[in-house]
Amino acid sequence: MLTGFLKHYGRRIVITLPLLWLGVFFLLPLLEILQVSFSEARRGVPPFKPLWEFESGQFFFQGTVENYLLLLDYWEDYFGPVLNSLRLAFISTLICLVFAYPMAWWIARSQPQFRLILLILVLLPFWTSSLVRLYALIGILNTNGFINNALIWLGLIDSPLRMMQTDLSVYLGMVLTYLPLMILPLYASLSRLDDSLVEAAADLGAKSGQIFLTIILPLSLPGVIAGCLLVFIPAVGEFVIPALLGGPDQLMLGKVLWTEFFRNRDWPVASAIAILLLLVVTLPILYARYQDVQEDERETR
Amino acid sequence: MKQVWLSTAVIIGLTGTALAEGKLNIYNWSDYIAEDTIANFEAETGIKVTYDVYDSNEVLEAKMLAGSSGYDLVVPTADFLARGREAGAYQDMDMTRIGNLGNQDPAIQGEADKMTGTSAAGLVYMWGTTGIAYNEDMIAERLGADAPTNSWSLILDPANAAKLEDCGIAILDAPTDVLPNVIKYLGGEGTTTDADAFEQAGEVLNGVRPYLRYIHSSQSINDIANGDICAAIMWSGDAFQAAYRAEEAENGHVINYVIPDEGTNMWFDVMALPADAKNVDEAYQFVDYMMRADVAANNVNYVWYASANKAAESGIDPEILEHPGIYPTAAASENLFVVPVYDARTDRAVTRIWSRFTAGN
Repeated sequence: MLTGFLKHYGRRIVITLPLLWLGVFFLLPLLEILQVSFSEARRGVPPFKPLWEFESGQFFFQGTVENYLLLLDYWEDYFGPVLNSLRLAFISTLICLVFAYPMAWWIARSQPQFRLILLILVLLPFWTSSLVRLYALIGILNTNGFINNALIWLGLIDSPLRMMQTDLSVYLGMVLTYLPLMILPLYASLSRLDDSLVEAAADLGAKSGQIFLTIILPLSLPGVIAGCLLVFIPAVGEFVIPALLGGPDQLMLGKVLWTEFFRNRDWPVASAIAILLLLVVTLPILYARYQDVQEDERETR
Repeated sequence: MKQVWLSTAVIIGLTGTALAEGKLNIYNWSDYIAEDTIANFEAETGIKVTYDVYDSNEVLEAKMLAGSSGYDLVVPTADFLARGREAGAYQDMDMTRIGNLGNQDPAIQGEADKMTGTSAAGLVYMWGTTGIAYNEDMIAERLGADAPTNSWSLILDPANAAKLEDCGIAILDAPTDVLPNVIKYLGGEGTTTDADAFEQAGEVLNGVRPYLRYIHSSQSINDIANGDICAAIMWSGDAFQAAYRAEEAENGHVINYVIPDEGTNMWFDVMALPADAKNVDEAYQFVDYMMRADVAANNVNYVWYASANKAAESGIDPEILEHPGIYPTAAASENLFVVPVYDARTDRAVTRIWSRFTAGN
């Protein structure tokens, strides 16, 4: 009886549960943010008017695009932080890529019995709170921190270097936090790389640079793209790292969103910024994906 | 083995009675109560207290505006309380239920009541000022012995700020605690709501922005204690905490806090009941307990903020009571002002100017 039931519905249950989970905890909050971004701010609990209301048998819809228009009106105030976010996230992603590629390659090429240990070492930092790691970084970079004290003691510098509250400190924080997210997908695609292709190229006289550019890099491209997305997307909306390590010149969108939400008490405008950020990040990806699919279709034809 | 069972039974028995005596959920500022205050209250009443902390009014306000926070007693600053009351997020407090009400300083309580427009909003827990914290040696080294440490110009005058850039300046990320003081520094009234005055204050801040290390509300406590920054616009209690930490660490940094001669704003943190508080009786019991002179004095001796509790003064450490940065002298008191609760329009103008200052455009 039970086995029959499981046989019949098992597959559906296996698929439905995660879908339900995503729907409740991911899609619903997103829809709520979308809805708030079209409602009007007010002083009350909650601090926005509901988008629709039933009153004496009548249905009222009271949506507004004013929150988006306000962003447009004051675009100058948001433009700087948007540029900062894109710049800091882009360069952090690049640094992660440059560091992670050789590491992933090395792990993928090492003895199978060591690979697991090396992968665990990559993941090890994730086992402590990122906040603790960031505070440790502050202790290292501060005016009276480890690096400055060491350099002064060695007599290499006279007065401490200023490292905190600069682009440098934010990059370091980002790379420290997100490097594993770059290494793992790169490792996955590099470890699946067919060695015989590399050997064949070498047999045919290709130099190592040529082999890398024509064989290894193109074949690991899916890993590169996945890694870059995994790093760039959270980095662009990052709040904690620039707040702890950055100064006024590292103001990012995450903090602007905080300001609208907490200081202006303008949940609708904060939601509108969140939706815009979502579009800015996902639309290019969707477009690239669409192009990919088109290309695949053309090739198969 | 038997003993283990026995003690388990005792523990279950104890929690059983504690539950019967009720519970209370408190949400207060971090580092804002003596270490044994809660434990003593629990021991006295059997009420089980859950004590959470926040480090900005904004975080508390967002929870109150979202509703169903689950907290029975919170401690917003008076202007936030006034706005929260307008939104319907708080309930009136029945002062006849506070037996120790007579301990309260009517002058301080009166200022807070002016802001909320009622005497039923809540009771002032502690109050403080915004001022300048600075590292004695580092400032003297750069600005000489006659450095203007008693004036806002120490930080707001670009000529001074430029000289302090290398040792580090920080400003509170709190527009309503900074902009009115900049206006005061310019010779205006700290209580103004005039848009032009705020614009001018914004200009002054933009003038020193290139020399600032950061704009943040809590980071400067550690940094100034460690000598990573040398001057900061800070809240009084935070500055004393920094001074204490530096002393504990014996790192040679001497941190001072001054109320600038031009004057500064004073603010009041008020014990208040959220509109949807569930354990109201326990909350009243706790407020009454906090109003006891010995309890209030114990809290002051720990957090180094001035209490609104007049009766507590005999129990307060003389070093605190005589400190002009905590209990200002009569002369300094004359230049203290209370920032009014801004209307929505002024509010938005102030935040815009502040956003531009922090974003640097």
